[in-house]
Amino acid sequence: MIALSDYLMLGELLFAIALAGIFLNRKNLILLLMCIELMLLAVNMNFVAFSHFLGDGAGQIFVFFILTVAAAEAAIGLAILVVLFRNRGTINVEDLDMLKG
Amino acid sequence: MENIYLTIVLAPLAGAIIAGFFGGKIGRTGAHSATIAGVGLSAALSLWVLSRFIWHDQPNFNGPVYTWMVSDGMHFEIGFLVDRLTALMMATVTFVSLMVHLYTIGYMADDAHNWPDGALTGKNSYQRFFSYISLFTFSMLMLVMSNNFMQLFFGWEAVGLVSYLLIGFWSTRESAIFANMKAFLVNRVGDFGFILGIAAIGMYFGSMDYAEVFAKAPEHADTQIAVFGGVSLMTLICILLFIGAMGKSAQVPLHVWLPDSMEGPTPISALIHAATMVTAGIFMVARMSPLFELSTTALSFVLIVGAVTAFFMGLIGLVQNDIKRVVAYSTLSQLGYMTAALGASAYAAGVFHLMTHAFFKALLFLAAGSVIIAMHHDQDIRNMGGLRKVMPITWITALIGSLALIAFPGFSGFFSKDAIIEAVHHSDVFGAGFGWVLLSIGAFVTALYSFRMYYLVFHGQPRMDEHTRSHLHETPWVVTVPLIALAIPSIFIGWYTVEPLLINNWLGDAIYVKPENDTLHVLADHWHGQTAFILHGMAAPPFWLAMGGLALATAIWLVLHRRNPNIDAEILAKAGPVTQVLENKYGFDDFNQKVFAGGGRGLGNMLWSTGDRTLIDGAVVNGSARLVGHLAGILRHLQTGYLYHYAIAMIIGLAGLLTVFVAL
Repeated sequence: MIALSDYLMLGELLFAIALAGIFLNRKNLILLLMCIELMLLAVNMNFVAFSHFLGDGAGQIFVFFILTVAAAEAAIGLAILVVLFRNRGTINVEDLDMLKG
Repeated sequence: MENIYLTIVLAPLAGAIIAGFFGGKIGRTGAHSATIAGVGLSAALSLWVLSRFIWHDQPNFNGPVYTWMVSDGMHFEIGFLVDRLTALMMATVTFVSLMVHLYTIGYMADDAHNWPDGALTGKNSYQRFFSYISLFTFSMLMLVMSNNFMQLFFGWEAVGLVSYLLIGFWSTRESAIFANMKAFLVNRVGDFGFILGIAAIGMYFGSMDYAEVFAKAPEHADTQIAVFGGVSLMTLICILLFIGAMGKSAQVPLHVWLPDSMEGPTPISALIHAATMVTAGIFMVARMSPLFELSTTALSFVLIVGAVTAFFMGLIGLVQNDIKRVVAYSTLSQLGYMTAALGASAYAAGVFHLMTHAFFKALLFLAAGSVIIAMHHDQDIRNMGGLRKVMPITWITALIGSLALIAFPGFSGFFSKDAIIEAVHHSDVFGAGFGWVLLSIGAFVTALYSFRMYYLVFHGQPRMDEHTRSHLHETPWVVTVPLIALAIPSIFIGWYTVEPLLINNWLGDAIYVKPENDTLHVLADHWHGQTAFILHGMAAPPFWLAMGGLALATAIWLVLHRRNPNIDAEILAKAGPVTQVLENKYGFDDFNQKVFAGGGRGLGNMLWSTGDRTLIDGAVVNGSARLVGHLAGILRHLQTGYLYHYAIAMIIGLAGLLTVFVAL
């Protein structure tokens, strides 16, 4: 029998991988977006696990909402990325430091 | 009666508004018709009121017209107090003003020449001038008819404002702007004392109304207040009020503005700076006689200031070559006589001299203006001479004015000036003996400078250039009629009014004199009619001094001058250092210029550079901006622009917040 903690461990692991991806990745903006998606999936994993173990369907409804929002967000994020590439000719994270004070 | 008094005040104001705001539309004729109608109505009604007071025993009027506000029981009102003193002042002011209005038509006829081409202020200047002098008449009437200190102060400031506007009337001239600023600033010094005096009255009497204050004044006769280590309240109030009078009536050391005010057009020199406005101080002190009578110290101060002004300002008149400045210094000197009379508690004599002086000094100024018109606006008496042949009316009227000024027996000035010298002679206040000596010698000086000017202008060889000489002519009737109209009272008014004013106490309850201060009763005790008064006066030193001055002036500037036209300059050169001192006007101007003007500018510069520029601009305004900039310069290094740095900051922040939530 798989316990709740195992699912939570999996969610945490996914979140940690995503976080590490954001920190360590210095090159590709697409990778950043993917890491953010992964974070959301980690959250979803938690929601599903709690929903199952607490016997409350609301958590699974939330997951659908999050998936929808994540899809929209990914679409917008990619659109911004395309525009950024057109304007700057690069999606290299190292070169994107226009906010530098 | 209230409506008549209101009409007297408001008619000139209406004229001023019409000429001032609609001058462009109604044109020159419209402007002078409107203002002369207003002032003429006012003058006719004033004379009627005066006649009611003389022949019909008109009761005094004292009442509010409009209450502006009531604050803590103190009423601020516009109100009229019309008694005999006021009626006399109203008649004098409006009559002289009417004459000056008429005269102005002639004097300002070609005012366009006085402006540079295309000067915007030169447009409609004629109408503007009429508007100003009517406005002045309104302000002066508000001042003399007031029944409370607030309205007195309003009138006081309003005449000051009009004086400022008129001195700087030719606003494109540097010297005119300097003079009007000087007049304004010096008057502020006086007003500073004046308003402190009014404030002290408001504080101790709780009222602005003359009648209430005068009724309560004796209660405070012995009140001491803790200023300068304890002084009598009445002395303080009176001296403060008198400082206001010193500014307005140009007494030493606040006299410096009056000679410079001659930069204004001559009609206003006659009206404002000789006949009426400068006598406001005299009038005010006479009106405040119930207060001044309570302080011997203040009376003594008034007398000494007056006597010093009368003598020393007369001396300066000896070395002046500008015809208007000679008359201006003689005005200062005569104002000194009036002030000295007030100091000797001879208020009636002061007011009497005020009235006679208004006529003959306005006459002398207008005559000087007439000469200036004929001379094409050259005012230097060294360039004149022999004008009696071409300007007979101006000549005769100027002679009458000069004789009245030097107190020639029978002329109006004789009665008033002799009464003043006599009153000071009998006064017991501190400094009266000193004052008497100065005033008596002053009579000699008066005769000397008056006839120096008279002979240099009207007698001797013509010294003007050929062009001016060929154009010399008597001035038009609008100029000569006022001269004649003013010459008549200059001769006769003294004879007819000396007895009621000085002997029979016609002013009555308008003036209060303590019995022990009453210096005029000596005159009354020995009164045997005007002729006897003249004969008595002719036995006294002031008369012989005046005649000596007249004789000396005749000898030098009529007889010797004929042989040696340079005698004037030679005498002045021989007097060397004395001339220097007189030409520097005792250094008052230089002193003010250096110490007060220079000091004020220095202080202003210092405050500007250290206070404003260094402290406020540098430290507070720019300093705070620089501080923020500096801090931001350090903090901005946190903004790297890299996405992952922001992300890690967010994660750390989130972790921190969670820790706080969980831990607490």
